[in-house]
Amino acid sequence: MKRIFAREEWCLACHLCEYHCANANLPHKEGGNFNAEMARNLKGRAIRPRIRVEEDDRVHFALSCRHCDEPACKKSCISGAISMINGVVCIDRDKCVGCYTCILACPYGTIVPSDDGHAAQKCELCMQNSCGEPACVAHCPNRAIVYEEVLDE
Amino acid sequence: MDLYVHPRFEVLRSEKKCICCRVCERQCANGAHGYDESAGTMESYDEKCVNCHRCVALCPTKALKIAETSHSFRQNANWSGHTIQELYLQANTGGVLLSSMGNPRPLPSYFDRILLNASQVTNPSIDPLREPMETRTFLGKKNQTVTRDTRGRLKDNMGAQLELRAPIMFSAMSLGSISYNAHASLANAARELGIFYNCGEGGLHKDFYKYGPNTIVQVASGRFGVHQPYLMAGAAVEIKMGQGAKPGIGGHLPGHKNMGQIAATRMTPEGSDAISPAPHHDIYSIEDLRQLVYSLKEATGNTKPIIVKIAAVHNVAAIASGVARSGADIIAIDGFRGGTGAAPTRIRDNVGIPIELALASVDQKLRDEGIRSDVSLVVGGSIRSSTDWVKAIALGADACYIATGALLALGCHLCRSCHTNLCNWGIATQRPDLVRRLNPEIGAEHLVNLIKAWQHELREIMGGMGINSVEALRGNRLMLRGVGMTREELDILGIKHAGL
Ligand code: SF4
Ligand code: SF4
Ligand code: SF4
Repeated sequence: MKRIFAREEWCLACHLCEYHCANANLPHKEGGNFNAEMARNLKGRAIRPRIRVEEDDRVHFALSCRHCDEPACKKSCISGAISMINGVVCIDRDKCVGCYTCILACPYGTIVPSDDGHAAQKCELCMQNSCGEPACVAHCPNRAIVYEEVLDE
Repeated sequence: MDLYVHPRFEVLRSEKKCICCRVCERQCANGAHGYDESAGTMESYDEKCVNCHRCVALCPTKALKIAETSHSFRQNANWSGHTIQELYLQANTGGVLLSSMGNPRPLPSYFDRILLNASQVTNPSIDPLREPMETRTFLGKKNQTVTRDTRGRLKDNMGAQLELRAPIMFSAMSLGSISYNAHASLANAARELGIFYNCGEGGLHKDFYKYGPNTIVQVASGRFGVHQPYLMAGAAVEIKMGQGAKPGIGGHLPGHKNMGQIAATRMTPEGSDAISPAPHHDIYSIEDLRQLVYSLKEATGNTKPIIVKIAAVHNVAAIASGVARSGADIIAIDGFRGGTGAAPTRIRDNVGIPIELALASVDQKLRDEGIRSDVSLVVGGSIRSSTDWVKAIALGADACYIATGALLALGCHLCRSCHTNLCNWGIATQRPDLVRRLNPEIGAEHLVNLIKAWQHELREIMGGMGINSVEALRGNRLMLRGVGMTREELDILGIKHAGL
């Protein structure tokens, strides 16, 4: 099972991952100009990325869903919208009633309200969008986020 | 009031593309970008920009570009705008102008006016993908005679040698002039490539002793960080007599950069200016140099070749001949385009000679005097591509040193502001938040890629010439022809004009 890992020592707190995350989860035209599309998608918009850079003066790292073995969010969801699909914790937008219980329950704070505020959204490893691989990992300039197999103890 | 100096660069932002992510603002250590909260737009401060392209490279929508200002002075062929502004700067400050990296002036490049040969019809070219192509090189004194023991067996009395998988090395850059992560990148790449990097005059950080077999340690006039384990750690010891960017000038690491690990590695008090005197205070003659060469040989039990590095200056051939007689195993010559972390601008731009001419005259002189095989020649001072490399070897070099090229592979954009400690690429800086921008994992990969690419090209070019080993290319000036050169230039280079 591949997972996203943050490598704190290389994170620059540049926040690029957040913008690429936001962009990856917006509609894309096949073969469109990436930069122009990103500008069009994100211009004048407050983003709600599914990865967040936690920072203070000394440490910074990018944090996204850990895809826990026993997800607290899944357990807390009142409408059964959260499920584990092939090891990835996913939210079904159609079932989500936007109560945000999962946001309260997640110990890492990695679930956020969606742009329209009607549902919760979280990192689904870019499996459900056009990217196909985690956009944050692909665009991190310093390899501070990696997408790797989990090694058994 | 100070004389006004107009900003050299303009930060151009496409309003259409900018998404106000503020990445540029966070990444510019010079503070050339800002965010206007009330208007919700980005702002630029052109006067702070040094044109390093960090923001340009990281802007996610590619909304940025940097332009040289079109602001102009009244046309004057003698007083260029740049010259006038430099004069204003000095009138304002009373200081010596400082610069970094190599001489950028539009002086002729001889490499660019040398063309290479290739086989046709009568001598077959070689396909490097199908046939072996030897690039392995040994640096050090080569014996001219074969000696045998009483039973007629060959005596192995060859002095210490450096074995390189390809005749190229990363030249000296001290920890202090460049960052820990830059050193880690160079060290890792050298190990993977089977070549050497040079730790420069700032000592060897304890973490890097493990790369010793691929390290050249340097002894410069400041003797920073020199002790016996240091000398033993490297594969060779280099005595730095001069540097191409600033011949005749010493080094100066300002106190604010000489902190923590840097100061500890140099064995100097933290915060003190680390000054390398212009001369070695114990070397005023070839005999003195010989003493140091032999002291170092003795200190290392004759196990390490000794390199003497000199800058290419007017009578370099005679100097090199003296150095060859001092017992040095390798002579490194640094041309006037060679880089630096900081040098007085006027020195950098006006002192020294092109490496092509220096190399050709040194090689010739050593041959004429019958001492060429007593030393190997390594040249640096702007080897920019595999063809510069090939041409240098054909002019007589045993190997080349690259530094500016290596830094470019690490992300350097040649903004030439190394002396400010604000390198946005994490290379020429000691500020921890900036150093971290260079992940050595990525850095080493880029260096390895670069050298591998050059090696492919080297093999390809040699194959085209019908040559299958670097050995056979070395000093093979018949493979070179000059274009647009005077008789004198051709004579010094020892090559014919194209068409002959
Ligand atoms: S893109 Fe990479 S370096 Fe930048 S904030 Fe995100 S994790 Fe850190
Ligand atoms: S100094 Fe570098 S990062 Fe700053 S604005 Fe200029 S080019 Fe961009
Ligand atoms: S990095 Fe590019 S998109 Fe982001 S604020 Fe700067 S110019 Fe705008």
